[in-house]
Amino acid sequence: MKELKLMKGNEAVAEAAIRAGADAYFGYPITPQSEVLEYLMAERPYERTGMVVLQAESEVAAINMVYGGAACGKKVITSSSSPGISLKMEGISYIAGAELPCVILNVVRGGPGLGTIQPSQSDYFQATKGGGHGDYRLIVLAPASVQEMADHVKLGFDLAFKYRNPVMILSDGVIGQMMEKVELFEQMPRLSDEEVAANYPWATTGKPAGVPHRIITSLELDSSKQEKHNHHLQEKYRKIQENETMYEAIQTEDAEYLIVAFGSSARISQKAIDMARAKGIKVGMIRPITLFPYPSEIINKLADQVKGILTVEMNAGQMIEDVKLAVNGKVKVEHFGRFGGMIPNPEEVVKALEQKIIGG
Amino acid sequence: MAETFDRPEIRTPENLVYSKTNVLTDNIMHYCPGCGHGTTHRLLAEVIEEMGIQSETIGIAPVGCSVLAYNYFDVDMQEAAHGRAPAVATAVKRLFPNKFVFTYQGDGDLAAIGTAETIHACNRGENMTIIFVNNGIYGMTGGQMAPTTLPGMPTSTSPYGREVATMGNPLKITELIAQLPGTYYVTRQSVHTPANVRKAKKAIRQAMENQKLNRGLSFVEVVSNCNSGWKLSPVKANKWMEDNMFPFYPLGDIKVNGELVK
Ligand SMILES: Cc1ncc(C[n+]2csc(CCOP(=O)(O)OP(=O)(O)O)c2C)c(N)n1
Ligand code: SF4
Repeated sequence: MKELKLMKGNEAVAEAAIRAGADAYFGYPITPQSEVLEYLMAERPYERTGMVVLQAESEVAAINMVYGGAACGKKVITSSSSPGISLKMEGISYIAGAELPCVILNVVRGGPGLGTIQPSQSDYFQATKGGGHGDYRLIVLAPASVQEMADHVKLGFDLAFKYRNPVMILSDGVIGQMMEKVELFEQMPRLSDEEVAANYPWATTGKPAGVPHRIITSLELDSSKQEKHNHHLQEKYRKIQENETMYEAIQTEDAEYLIVAFGSSARISQKAIDMARAKGIKVGMIRPITLFPYPSEIINKLADQVKGILTVEMNAGQMIEDVKLAVNGKVKVEHFGRFGGMIPNPEEVVKALEQKIIGG
Repeated sequence: MAETFDRPEIRTPENLVYSKTNVLTDNIMHYCPGCGHGTTHRLLAEVIEEMGIQSETIGIAPVGCSVLAYNYFDVDMQEAAHGRAPAVATAVKRLFPNKFVFTYQGDGDLAAIGTAETIHACNRGENMTIIFVNNGIYGMTGGQMAPTTLPGMPTSTSPYGREVATMGNPLKITELIAQLPGTYYVTRQSVHTPANVRKAKKAIRQAMENQKLNRGLSFVEVVSNCNSGWKLSPVKANKWMEDNMFPFYPLGDIKVNGELVK
């Protein structure tokens, strides 16, 4: 049954994982996302649905548990925050190379290093451009509300299994920690072992008699075959770009200026847009919902319409590179950011728009 | 990797004294002649066949010389990142509690980069089998020093011999994990003589059978040679192993039925 609840973003992810019929969660505590594991441990999903929940000895172990579970065709999710995600990167690269489906939540905090436990968006490059080694892409979702935190778990699993590709939910400490009302989707059944074996013939579910054994690996010593595998991956990423790009366009019809922002920066920018419009500034926003694939096409189109574009990010200017690529020099693109755990306020955004784009 | 021998058929029912288990594929193993990996593979495969669990077994290959173990075992296989096989296997066993799950790991994989995963999987008492091939060296990458390299033993990264004062002591990880309450059966074997092969096979059988009991982790160390890494002929390598490795890594059961031996 659908349910309306007041929840933290992190708790919404945990509850959504149970309801999406996830088979396992593996994680390691780190602020600001420990509520995911805490909620799951308190909720005892192994009694509700049979879902396995395990606190691993490290993020390294957790992501490799994800590898093992995903290789069995099971629905597996993990979560962490920036330093922990850095540790997971080798495993993520293996998962991408072996083409395994899984969902990875990053509730980003400020860095570099141990940094701060306060919110940030400074892992944009890491999420969208690699992070781990090799030519691979994650599908990256950017929730901007507690509702989307829950919904992106389900969407993430759907995309992960559709493309046999890891999905990252790139959230931040604001979305993870804040409480909002959320409409939780109905409980979906977990697949039985027989259904998993039937649905995912590539998975290591135990080799049936007369069938060749299944091998899950990211190794190919013959470089011509490894190149072929890379071509196959690139082809898959192109398909994902063609079919799965998602964004929200806010007041862009009459916009003379454009803000591009994702996650909590988009929430703050929305308020800034209201304030700017009250002053007579016609500004709209593109909020990417997928960061890979990136909504370059719509941004390129709007570059013909607007006089300037401001990216608002809780980092020193990362997504702006993708916006500039999309705009291809047609109009001016500037960045406004607070970072190191600082959160911009709407007044600052309006001021940046006036100074860097309208006045500048 | 699907090459097979192209050979004249010389086998006839009258002269057949031994046949390869069908749990090993026909792929040609890449191991150096005389290397213990091949024999250890065979024993594990024979055990899987004899127990009739080929379709219920999932194996995890390491990074090391046995990285391609997935090409040789005809069971569903996963290839783990270097050292992470026990974590990978943990998930497999938790999600398929009724299947038989093993990891197959070298000493660099298990006792250096993967020490944390090894100790914690053992300590949690994951109900699976770890086969640990200890050859005191990094075979795959060309003979560098391993955590198990003996004092004074030359390797490419300890060319004047392992100097304990600066390079540390060899790690007896098997004794260490035997102390953990999560391990049910811990033993050290070798496969360099027919008698030892028979004992090692019994141990591997025990380790796999134990998974039915759900009492914790079974751990079989195989002290093995790396004639390429040690730069010795296979025969000399085995002799060197007897003279040097066994005194430091004595063969025999260390923990049986959850109780430390002696
Ligand atoms: C993260 C990482 N670090 C290093 C390596 C390189 N590497 C591959 S195998 C290996 C050592 C293998 O030695 P061991 O586990 O003792 O197995 P053996 O080859 O002797 O059977 C190393 C260091 C790697 N593949 N991944
Ligand atoms: S290098 Fe050593 S461990 Fe590797 S196959 Fe050769 S003898 Fe065996």
